[in-house]
Amino acid sequence: MKKLAMIATKGTLDWAYPPYILASTAAALGYEVQIFFTFYGLQLVRKDTSCLKISPLGNPGMPMKMPFGPKWFKDINWNIPNIIQANVPGFESFATMLMKQTIANNGVATIPELRELCQEAEVKFLACQMTVELFGFEHSDFIDGLDFVGAASFFEFAGEADICMYI
Amino acid sequence: MNFDKELDASGLNCPLPILRTKKALAELAAGQVLKVVATDPGSVKDMQAFAKQTGNELLSSTQEGGKYQFFMKKK
Repeated sequence: MKKLAMIATKGTLDWAYPPYILASTAAALGYEVQIFFTFYGLQLVRKDTSCLKISPLGNPGMPMKMPFGPKWFKDINWNIPNIIQANVPGFESFATMLMKQTIANNGVATIPELRELCQEAEVKFLACQMTVELFGFEHSDFIDGLDFVGAASFFEFAGEADICMYI
Repeated sequence: MNFDKELDASGLNCPLPILRTKKALAELAAGQVLKVVATDPGSVKDMQAFAKQTGNELLSSTQEGGKYQFFMKKK
């Protein structure tokens, strides 16, 4: 059986997708998969996923389009200057709401859905105990089925893996 | 073409059609055929790749009016 080892280090809604999409797909293809969640990546395994947001601030790669209205309206790319984004309270939450609507419109799975599919497919989740303590989290903040471990435990699996990814 | 089970993955985007296909195949016996309908254009190449890597046989892959239809025989 092929093995995929992944390290998830980012804690925003957009960066939550790559590890879960790749892990669930690899599992469907017959890979044995482990994901090591560390630093901000810990946000991806919290019970409450509402902490996952997307920020267009300082992200020139992100198209800002509206998920509703007629086609000509949806096609507009709202090029909002950083200085405005940074000064409007709730801008991130607003952008996140729009992104979640766009995700639903496109038949893209939600993060809780993908995470559940990973767990069903027996993808193993490891959480970095050091960062859990560093950030002041409790084990009860996280979903069930996590192993709280250190770097050495990750290498036990990664050392044998066919593919290793850092996301 | 005859089939034993049908999966409608219309409207679903990557990687859901593949994940649902995997799940549906698990409920079939070896040699049985699964029909999958999808609207994701990426699923055409992905179904081929899935079949190649899992050993299930992609019997046919066709397109009809914006819908993609696949017949997959379980290994």
